[in-house]
Amino acid sequence: MSAAVAARTLRPNYLNAAYGVKSWLLTKDHKRIALLYLGSVTLFFAVGAIFAGLVRIELLTPEGDFVSSDTYNRLFTMHGVVMIFFFLIPVIPAVLGNFLLPLMLGAKDLAFPKINLLSWYVYMVAGSLGVYALIQGGADTGWTFYPPFSTRFSNSPVTLVALAGFIAGFSSILTALNFIVTVHRMRAPGLSWFRLPLFVWSLYATSVIIMLATPILAITLVMLMLERALHLGIFDPTLGGDPVLFQHLFWFYSHPAVYIMILPAMGIISELVAAFSRKRVFGYSFVAFSSMAIAVLGFLVWGHHLFVSSQTAFAGTLFSVLTMLVAIPSAIKVFNWTATLYRGSVSWQTPMLYVFGFLGLFTIGGLTGVFLATMGFDIHVHDTYFVVAHFHYIMVGGTLMGYLGGLHYWWPKITGRLYPEFWGRISAILVFVGFNLTFFPQFILGYMGMPRRYHAYAPEFQVLNVLSTAGATVLGVGYLLPMIYLVWAMRYGKKAGANPWNAVGLEWETSSPPPTFNFDVAPVVDHEAYDYHRNGEGEKKVAA
Amino acid sequence: MAADARPHGGIVPSDTHAPDAHAHAGVLQHHFDSLDQQRDASTLGMWAFVAQEAMFFGGLFTAYLVYRFLYPQAFHLGSHQLNILLGGINTAVLITSSLTMAMAVWSAQTGRRKLLTSFLVLTLLLGTVFLVIKYFEYAEKFHHGLVPGYNFNQAHFPAGEGGHVQLFFCLYFAMTGMHAIHMIIGAGILLVYIPLAAKGKFTVEYAHPVELFGLYWHFVDIVWIFLFPLLYLLGRY
Amino acid sequence: MHSGFPLFPEAASTMAGQVDALYVFLVAMSAFFSLLIAASVVYCAVRYRRRSADEVGGSFHASMLLEVTWTIIPLGIVLFLFFWGARVFFLQVEPPANALELTATGKQWMWRFQHPEGQREINALHVPTGQPIKIEMIAEDVLHSLYIPAFRTKMDLVPGRYTTLWFEATKPGTYHLFCAEYCGTQHSGMVGWVTVMTPEDYEHWLAGGAQADKAPAAAGADLFASIGCNTCHVEAGGGRAPSLRGVFGKPVQLASGQTIVADASYVRRSILEPPADVVAGYQPIMPTYKGQISEENLFKLIAYVKSLGEAGGGPAAQPQAPAAPAPAAAAAAPAAAPATQGGAR
Repeated sequence: MSAAVAARTLRPNYLNAAYGVKSWLLTKDHKRIALLYLGSVTLFFAVGAIFAGLVRIELLTPEGDFVSSDTYNRLFTMHGVVMIFFFLIPVIPAVLGNFLLPLMLGAKDLAFPKINLLSWYVYMVAGSLGVYALIQGGADTGWTFYPPFSTRFSNSPVTLVALAGFIAGFSSILTALNFIVTVHRMRAPGLSWFRLPLFVWSLYATSVIIMLATPILAITLVMLMLERALHLGIFDPTLGGDPVLFQHLFWFYSHPAVYIMILPAMGIISELVAAFSRKRVFGYSFVAFSSMAIAVLGFLVWGHHLFVSSQTAFAGTLFSVLTMLVAIPSAIKVFNWTATLYRGSVSWQTPMLYVFGFLGLFTIGGLTGVFLATMGFDIHVHDTYFVVAHFHYIMVGGTLMGYLGGLHYWWPKITGRLYPEFWGRISAILVFVGFNLTFFPQFILGYMGMPRRYHAYAPEFQVLNVLSTAGATVLGVGYLLPMIYLVWAMRYGKKAGANPWNAVGLEWETSSPPPTFNFDVAPVVDHEAYDYHRNGEGEKKVAA
Repeated sequence: MAADARPHGGIVPSDTHAPDAHAHAGVLQHHFDSLDQQRDASTLGMWAFVAQEAMFFGGLFTAYLVYRFLYPQAFHLGSHQLNILLGGINTAVLITSSLTMAMAVWSAQTGRRKLLTSFLVLTLLLGTVFLVIKYFEYAEKFHHGLVPGYNFNQAHFPAGEGGHVQLFFCLYFAMTGMHAIHMIIGAGILLVYIPLAAKGKFTVEYAHPVELFGLYWHFVDIVWIFLFPLLYLLGRY
Repeated sequence: MHSGFPLFPEAASTMAGQVDALYVFLVAMSAFFSLLIAASVVYCAVRYRRRSADEVGGSFHASMLLEVTWTIIPLGIVLFLFFWGARVFFLQVEPPANALELTATGKQWMWRFQHPEGQREINALHVPTGQPIKIEMIAEDVLHSLYIPAFRTKMDLVPGRYTTLWFEATKPGTYHLFCAEYCGTQHSGMVGWVTVMTPEDYEHWLAGGAQADKAPAAAGADLFASIGCNTCHVEAGGGRAPSLRGVFGKPVQLASGQTIVADASYVRRSILEPPADVVAGYQPIMPTYKGQISEENLFKLIAYVKSLGEAGGGPAAQPQAPAAPAPAAAAAAPAAAPATQGGAR
């Protein structure tokens, strides 16, 4: 162990540059801020996962016999709020994006390091408020805060939770602003837009969505809080307000928010597919532009959440056809990733297993999105478990699989150590199997007609619910394992070296862990992204 | 508006070509390669921030448009309760403050330290005048029982319209209040900038903090230019 | 065709087959693409697995032909699905003209239904087969959503706004009725049963109903008098307010110059917010009844105004209307049989 310590002190890097609490809490280094975020989002993930577990235990039996209805309502609400606002939205941009964006651009840091640190503090203030609201019992409105229930009827700390969401929004706005400016202004010489790694493209598209959509959520939540505190009537029909207006404003943010969650994961998948096939991503520009297309179209489809909310049939039709169009760029991505494997040199290491899993789960998640965009079908499954299953396939099957894959891929870069490959594969398989067992039955439940947010349910739904809960246990183990072995690997893992995967990309051209200012020699780029034939010295054996 | 934040041709010395070797040690942050890059980055950042702000107010404007369309009569009634004289004076004050701000930016870009300080002070004064007038307007609404949710007096209005007029006042207070908060933040930044300007911290090479603040100030001004006709001039053509 | 197959809900309405057909197509399409992707991934992962540590991939990484192909084909499929889905959607949201009209109110946490003959039900709904049923709905407090999986239909109930849902049951039986929009503590308890009966059984049920309330239109007429509406709204005309005879379902000329069709929402708004849509030629003198009339009584008043409308053309619209019955009156004819039954009781 002392040898390990000695070895670590040989080369200065961002981890050993300074020690002490202050050197972390006041750091302006994007890599350290990424680790601060890593710790905090993991904490919130654990909290959200515990809520999910309690919900699944309650649903083992048709009767509401494990917790009371009020408790159950608070559990699923806080599960949603914590997972969406405090885990899924920040997780990839704030952890992996923060760490990698400057590295991938060949920059010394993000454009505004102080704003970057500020965004973490804003996130922590929001998070603390969220935790305080939890101690107060948590809200029971569902994460969607629909009035007039949220404004006049709920007896839970809705205002606190909405305030936490409001503040968390500013944290993502600050990160997004930083990313946009960094991508525009901080690229290394020679790194033109079409030489950028696809992860950068997806972070850029994500940042644009965050910048333009989050403020709408912020002002909507402000109106909601004012209404609740002062009984103003903006959304209250008894005072002339319109509760459906809230739904429009809410989904104007919250539908793009789905793309805020999934786009960065798509970017990671592009990186992983290239690295573990040792091949340029198939149709690079189509994949890049599809990210932008999703960002733009994502703003025009919010009304598909309102097919049965008394929106006019004309509006519904318009939103339906626009939603159908979003399927196209997503399909283009899936086809291009699959084609990348063709004649690649395909490795089956852990990150690639997550890619395989992602391709399967995201395909199902995306296709069931087409189900829901089909208006005549949506009427039946709207607000049922079909919807629950669909968005978990996207958010967990997509975002979380992408995140875990990326975390394993870049863990050697972040910590300088390799994770144990055997345990990595075991947990990837557990996550995939557990996930499908948890959520596939919910599609059937939804079509059978089980509404979501039900504390007690009709007895004929029990078998599928028991299957789902069983799957959740497997899934839980699949999540717990990486938390253990990744931490273990930070100290005891094999030393990684600068480029353990023989991957291309600027982040692999600096040491692991990187020095404080990322590169000893400022990089100059003279080649395309994923140029595996140029990398290294001498002839490469090309896969047949 | 864009032009205000950018150097005016001819007047600006060729600082943009200053070689990096000059190492503006106190000014250039370590992670930028050049002052140009730093300046471009912060300008773009400010524009992105303004875009974000536009969306923020956009939510309120959407709510306003929806309800104005639904309840034109009530919005008419509500609008007639506003003091058009005070609103008009405030519009003039704010436009003047935009002018003084533009002059401050010009002074910074041309290295006129004393002029810069005076224009910043003038801008702050005008901003304060705006807020004081706004305070008297709010106080008047309070005395007339027009504050929604708190002391709103529906008896002022024809039967059935009171609730919708209250909705108008909700939006009036939300929109002008949100605008006033932005003014207060702007005034706060001015309080920090004025001593810095007096000490000569802003130079021809390092004028962009003033330029960026100018961008912010003009944005807040423009929001008011939309609010004034929407709220005060409704039905007074 | 799905009876006995446990993965399908019961299909008991004319809509169920349409939605199930969409579902089957969607599942088949998804299965095809999922298997295609999965098979390609597995094939490539095995066939091109890495054989030596320093191996790199081939250089096949762009093909315009492929990109266009996998853009056009999905685009065609989703547009096809859009048109099909929209067709089914319009069938689901546009009730046939001959539908029997029921009303429903939702409040935390119960459903209340009322039949045109007056029967009231709580958390239960009895309907005949072979008869389109249209339910006019409103929420009394928060959002709710009426969901009957066996009929594949659902619609939100919004406070302050009427929404409608319609279905035509095909198979006698008892089916779930759920609230699908989260509405607070007992959301999952806001459930009930829909009992579908043959038309004969339904008439028996109507005849033997324990809760023999007055028909909504008649109850509305009583209310109209007891509240004192008739002091201004004199049916024969000449009052301080317009006669409501023959108004319902017809265009009304407003003082603002607009023309508006007098539907249920218009009548409701006129009662609760009188100054909003004043009829041309009259003064806005009517007081508001906001907060004074329950949603159920509003339904009754509307039923009464509607019955006045169906009674024949009023002076405003069609002077000779009694000779030529309005379409709405003709449409209500199939419902007349049970109505007389109920009346005779």
